[in-house]
Amino acid sequence: MATEPESLDRYRAVAPAGAVETLYRASERVKGKRFTDVNSTRLGGGVAEMLQRLVPLLRDLGIESRWEVIQGDEEFFRVTKSFHNALQGQPEAITPQMLEHYVETNRRNAAQLDLSGDLVMIHDPQPAALVEHRTNGAWLWRCHIDASHPQRSVWSFLRPLISRYDGAIFSLPRFAQRLQIPQYLVYPSIDPLSDKNRDLAPEEVDAILERLRIPRDKPILLQVSRFDRFKDPLGVCQAYRLVKKHDDCRLVLAGGGAADDPEGPKVLAEVMEAAQGDPDLHVLVLPDNANIEINALQRAATIIFQKSTREGFGLTVAEGMWKGKPVIGGFAGGITVQIVFGTTGYTVNSAEGAAFRARYLLTNPAVAKRMGEDAREYVRHNFLITRHLADLVALLTIHTTNAVRAG
Amino acid sequence: MVEQASAPPFRFVSCHGMQQMLGRVARDELELQQHLEEVQIESIHHHTHAYFLRHHYLAGAYPNDFATWAAIQVRDRVLGERLAIVDPFDFTDLENLRTALIATIDDHLTHIPIVPRVVYGEPFHFMTTTLVEIPTGVNVRSLAAFRDQLASMEVAAVYYHLFEARRRGHQSFDDWFEALGETALAEQVRRMHPYTSDLEGLRARLLQLSDAAMASDRPEGHADGD
Repeated sequence: MATEPESLDRYRAVAPAGAVETLYRASERVKGKRFTDVNSTRLGGGVAEMLQRLVPLLRDLGIESRWEVIQGDEEFFRVTKSFHNALQGQPEAITPQMLEHYVETNRRNAAQLDLSGDLVMIHDPQPAALVEHRTNGAWLWRCHIDASHPQRSVWSFLRPLISRYDGAIFSLPRFAQRLQIPQYLVYPSIDPLSDKNRDLAPEEVDAILERLRIPRDKPILLQVSRFDRFKDPLGVCQAYRLVKKHDDCRLVLAGGGAADDPEGPKVLAEVMEAAQGDPDLHVLVLPDNANIEINALQRAATIIFQKSTREGFGLTVAEGMWKGKPVIGGFAGGITVQIVFGTTGYTVNSAEGAAFRARYLLTNPAVAKRMGEDAREYVRHNFLITRHLADLVALLTIHTTNAVRAG
Repeated sequence: MVEQASAPPFRFVSCHGMQQMLGRVARDELELQQHLEEVQIESIHHHTHAYFLRHHYLAGAYPNDFATWAAIQVRDRVLGERLAIVDPFDFTDLENLRTALIATIDDHLTHIPIVPRVVYGEPFHFMTTTLVEIPTGVNVRSLAAFRDQLASMEVAAVYYHLFEARRRGHQSFDDWFEALGETALAEQVRRMHPYTSDLEGLRARLLQLSDAAMASDRPEGHADGD
């Protein structure tokens, strides 16, 4: 179950020194401004989870934050799912009828939703065409997906729409496009007070590990991620076996399967097969809401892997780092901006590389400890929700006031 | 120290940098050089000076983005090291810094038979920063009060007053120390070499210098102002 959103003042204890006070100061110029978010769902998925937390915190800053959700029939969401896949580079057949239905659904929503605001932020492709009906305020398009290699036909359709915005926001530089409008970089963030990241008492961790039947008798190597080929769970098993030749340890692979990923069950079956006969290799299939369980596993782990070969941003890395653990991550996507090589963890390019770094950390616990401490501080400064709020306040200031000078 | 009765209060200003992609991408070192010749000067500032704003807590592998890219993404440590030693704080004019970076890459490329490019790594994305100034409302009149506030202030204020204030017509630390009559402290701050540190390291050094200045002012030191 999702925890209740926290008030901003509670973040003083976890944010960098002075950050919350500076947020209050920064928001004075935009107090009373209307900030409207529009996405396609109120529940489920990373964007909804993020808005559930950001919207109340913006209100704490005196900003009139509202959240609208676009409505559509099954056909509309089939079309937008195809858009989503095509933007991520998968071949999709998009017909003129599909485009027409998309535009028409957006037009109907524009008539029903309250799209007023000093700043209107439209999330992802589903409501992107609402911009054709914009009346007032500045409009920004927030793209949460890896659109670095979009299918050309879909991008050709969306590009003129996106060009009507006052700016676009991407999560990594390489997700940006050739556009004439400003393209901002806003990293995603974790909420340190959510169930997935809040402090847990050692007894809570012990109880959860016991319930999950993970003994605490030897170091735990952990990867939390969907059973997806790009997360390379089999590569993690290979790395674990290389480590175990010299250093006794356990491997826990914890995650679920994405409902819309037909390959997921196949990958899980391969992982189960790889784990067969090894009592120290644990495969945990967890439900979507197993936040406290993931939190406890990360806190119980000695080293955390995120050995993806392809990745969007990979916030599980920041989650692991926040628990004070060194993370060994694949050299992919946002993992490379979260891990400072040799300081907060290691990026690797192979199972052998992951094994080598894990062995080094297991035999040098003092190094692992210091790396974990640095990792937590790095996340505190760069990937907490308070930094995300500061980005939003800055965007509001840039686009709705004349307080920002060039240069 | 001779305290200046007319010294203005020090007004702490913090800041937040919004990063923007410019759509210029280099996949090899020659492309990096070509883009460096053409890109807006603010992008050079972003990848060198504003680097500090993006590395509050830990400095990256090398102290500017060009060096880090060459060493980590292209895996050309020779160019990485040569670019790392180009100290942006040696240049009062960013155009001269641009010229030095280009000359370094040019010289490197004339001595190797191939143009190194990214194979496994990420291309270089030229970016810029839009800086939003944040008046903190914290004003101090004495060195003791300054020191206390600096210790708990968001560290972006350190970046602002060290690297941005002067070109934006605001108070830099050293100018205020001078106005306060703390000439030696002002000189020490001017001589502080930020290049191999990070903002927290710079804050620690400023606190240390302020403590030392207050200690040398005793016993005739002044009471806290604010």
